[in-house]
Amino acid sequence: MRIEKRLHDSKVMLYASPLLALLLTLLSGALMFALLGRAPLHSLYIFFIAPVSELYGLSELVVKVTPLLLCAIGLTLCFKAKIWNIGAEGQFVFAAMIGGAVSLQLAESQGFWVLPTVIISGALAGMAWAAIAALLLTRFGANEILTTIMLNYIAVNLLLWGVHGPLKDPNGMNFPESALFAAQTMLPVLFDDYRVTIAILIALFMLVVIWVLLGRTLLGFQLRVMGENRNAARFAGFKSNALIWFVLLFSGAMAGLAAVSEINGPVGQLISTLSLGYGYAAIIVVFMGRMHPLGILLASFLLGLTYLGGEMSQMELELPKSITGLFQGMLLFYLLACDLLIGYRVVFSNRTLGKHPAIAAAVSTPPVSQ
Amino acid sequence: MRLGHLFKLAAATIFCCATAVNAAPLKVGFVYVSPIGDAGWTYQHDEARKIVQKEFGDKIETTFVESVAEGADAERVIRNMASHGYDLIFTTSFGYMNPTIKVAKMYPKVKFEHATGYKIENNMGNYQARDYQGRYLAGMVAGAMSKSGTIGYVGAFPIPEVIRGINAYMLGAQATNPAIKMKVVWVNSWHDPAKEREAAESLMLQGADVLTMHTDSAAVVQAAAAKNVYAVGFNSDMSAYGPKIHLTSSVQHWESIYRTKIQAVINGTWKADAVWDGLKEGVVALSPINPVVPKPVVAKVEQYKAEIIAGKRDVYQGPIYKQDGTLAVAQGKALTDAELPKIDWYVKGIEGNVPK
Amino acid sequence: MDIHLLENVLFAMVRTGTPLLLVALGAMMSERAGVLNLGQEGMILVGAVCGFIVAYTSHNMGFGILAGVIGGALVSLIFGFIALTLIANQVATGLALTIFGTGLSAFVGAGYVGQSLIGLAPLEIPLLSKIPLIGKALFAQDILVYLAFVLFAGIFVVMRYTRWGLIIRAVGENPEVAHALGYKVLLVRYCAIMFGGAMAGLAGVYLSLAYTPMWSEGIAAGRGWIALALVVFASWRTERILLGAWLFGFASILHLLLQGYGYEISPNLLAMLPYIVTILVLVMMMTRKQGQGNFAPRSLGQPYYPQR
Repeated sequence: MRIEKRLHDSKVMLYASPLLALLLTLLSGALMFALLGRAPLHSLYIFFIAPVSELYGLSELVVKVTPLLLCAIGLTLCFKAKIWNIGAEGQFVFAAMIGGAVSLQLAESQGFWVLPTVIISGALAGMAWAAIAALLLTRFGANEILTTIMLNYIAVNLLLWGVHGPLKDPNGMNFPESALFAAQTMLPVLFDDYRVTIAILIALFMLVVIWVLLGRTLLGFQLRVMGENRNAARFAGFKSNALIWFVLLFSGAMAGLAAVSEINGPVGQLISTLSLGYGYAAIIVVFMGRMHPLGILLASFLLGLTYLGGEMSQMELELPKSITGLFQGMLLFYLLACDLLIGYRVVFSNRTLGKHPAIAAAVSTPPVSQ
Repeated sequence: MRLGHLFKLAAATIFCCATAVNAAPLKVGFVYVSPIGDAGWTYQHDEARKIVQKEFGDKIETTFVESVAEGADAERVIRNMASHGYDLIFTTSFGYMNPTIKVAKMYPKVKFEHATGYKIENNMGNYQARDYQGRYLAGMVAGAMSKSGTIGYVGAFPIPEVIRGINAYMLGAQATNPAIKMKVVWVNSWHDPAKEREAAESLMLQGADVLTMHTDSAAVVQAAAAKNVYAVGFNSDMSAYGPKIHLTSSVQHWESIYRTKIQAVINGTWKADAVWDGLKEGVVALSPINPVVPKPVVAKVEQYKAEIIAGKRDVYQGPIYKQDGTLAVAQGKALTDAELPKIDWYVKGIEGNVPK
Repeated sequence: MDIHLLENVLFAMVRTGTPLLLVALGAMMSERAGVLNLGQEGMILVGAVCGFIVAYTSHNMGFGILAGVIGGALVSLIFGFIALTLIANQVATGLALTIFGTGLSAFVGAGYVGQSLIGLAPLEIPLLSKIPLIGKALFAQDILVYLAFVLFAGIFVVMRYTRWGLIIRAVGENPEVAHALGYKVLLVRYCAIMFGGAMAGLAGVYLSLAYTPMWSEGIAAGRGWIALALVVFASWRTERILLGAWLFGFASILHLLLQGYGYEISPNLLAMLPYIVTILVLVMMMTRKQGQGNFAPRSLGQPYYPQR
């Protein structure tokens, strides 16, 4: 048995592989639940359907999805261009700190400009944090995976310093959290009684923006070419440094918006455990969604659902929280594994290769992407 | 269908919870801030949950959700419980205060109890343990057992709850050893065993010969055991981590509060109030004292304990001096329950400053 | 500072640095072979829980250590299979491994929380441990610390003086050429990943059997991520990883020491320092002239599809 590169990516597998992964996850999940002495079907129902069987659950799924999706939108552009920005987490956290500080400053201010100021300051802060990585990459060629990971830690520690220090609520009895934000700095909710804010509309709008950008513009074309082969892009006269700056600043801005959507939405103040790893989860979303706007939309809902399902299964099935991690890990492993079937095929005999010159030729070219 | 069942149950509880006898079991939910598996604060709450579940048998049905972050997730978990027919919901971390209030306003028929906060609503009470009383007694033991004249304390975060315990411990130590000094090291984490151990090592390096901590693991006791230095535990009885050197632990038994609250809801007598229970109610206790502690010291601890329980003695009774020598509590006075949550100073004899 | 204090600070520095050293050595080997595994945290946790459970139930430390190493290696095999054989993106697979390992360790370890066992005792080496200043730090530790030294020396020799080291580096620098020269790229990478898993597992065992002999969820407390930074800091050089591990270890306990002497500095600002320095090192590395060989392995993080 061997694995062989396809001539063209399989259209069938493009859609079949995530379904296959989901099916495998459900089967493994059912097996796991059965081993734990729970009714498998009922457990799966609790995990995947019960959380969204009511309007409230659905609304909460949207709340959970909003920051994930925003971060993932930015990362999609980066990853398309093969700029491996692992730093959405840091950009999120830094933007939260700055956006939060601005929100606190504007507690007494009134006027239509207050909220836009908060939103823009968040986006700018995210861009500023991403700009460091862009500078290090374009000026010094420092590997962006490594610099963005470092910048994540620095940002998290900055936030901790902030909520333990200057941003701490003066009347908060020394607890490490800021004062509650004033109403005029909060994002308006879309429906009474639910926590969904206008941020989801911004996210959906940006999703359409990158869809158009990637599919129908020269910029999108350049990004894709750069992703396929950076040398070719340079050859074609694309300014690759400008492209790097663009994708990193864009994804920083998106992470910044995600931060605002969270702190000026459901949270309403700065706390030390703000991010919960949205920036890292968004990376997974982008890969699950295969860097396609529609794909990341679906993927962010699926991942969001596993969080809600985890809570629900704790309540209804008395399963520990660790089950959520196991389940998520499994889902991701299967998704990543099944993606192989798009670009490659599994061959069961040894002879195919020699008989098909076209395949042999395709195989001998270096792997372009995955 | 399970959900239909839940809905009926919710409706049923809403319509008949005023009656004293309820055919369906009372649904009690617990929201935990960390995994039960990290063996400290949350572990004690869950032990208490198991105890009351056993005691009440099929009269109640308890459930918990662990590791709920104090951000956007908390409100959803609490509201999910409220909307799924839970009658009584305990939220066991300070950071849940605002989310609990929000949900409490939406579900006026459901009862909420929030731990360690300071706000109350019509259907939301709060509860705390007077840990500082246990700390005081433990401090008495520590002060008596120190030979170097310096004891050490590993703190998580400089919040009032922790500082209150630090001062109480010091006051207790001074009751048995007036010349005692204390050093405090902050690790800025509730749970990082390795770091807690290093903090303990650095205290021992500076001459502390009785250690204690306000964090969520037993790493400090272990570190002390490795060096044959005495240690005092917190949260749960930590004698297993160093049987020879473990002097005692100041522990919490939340079941007494949970028992009372659940019984009150079953009886229909529940009301929102601020409960702050300590030694007297058995919420705070001292685990068995190691036989190496001299009899007279144990007797004095027992005597003080009896006096605190009888209301004849107060941990924070004057005269108490701050670090710089200014009088914090005058002779004949004691800090009130309104003043206790606001302590942000160290008593005299503690070295270093409260981090700002 | 008196000598007694300094001795103890050095002692603590080596102890704190040991788990970082172990993880970073393993991560360096797989990165040298061109594989970026962000699942270090998950592998440490799996190693820690396996080690604790086996040592606790069998009352045998040796079995515990072995179990942790095997546990770490086995869980890294999942990563290897998906990232190498199935050619998935390494960043995403590594993140998935961290999520999975964290969940798995918490799940199987749930029944062992609050249990205690007698940890590995320090083993003073006669004479050597009496050397002033460094004797205590280097020769009065427990056996896992010595094992870490031995592994360090072994890796140093392998990477610098042996063919194996050359092959690993060739695979990481240019897998196509290595393949053309007849080396089995995937096999080398599998070995490197499993070695990394075993090392992370050993670091986990160090935490749960020696450093703080107990099991509690999340006992790794981010050390896997720090180790990843450390590898960069050390610019993939074995000897620098040792120094870096000690330095990072020292940085993590510095604020605890300072507090006791009345110095006040935000521990959070202090915690940032190693990462800022790491970025600076990275920049310095990149501004040097090419050809000095101090760069990240050229194919780091890139999948390799073996051709016929």
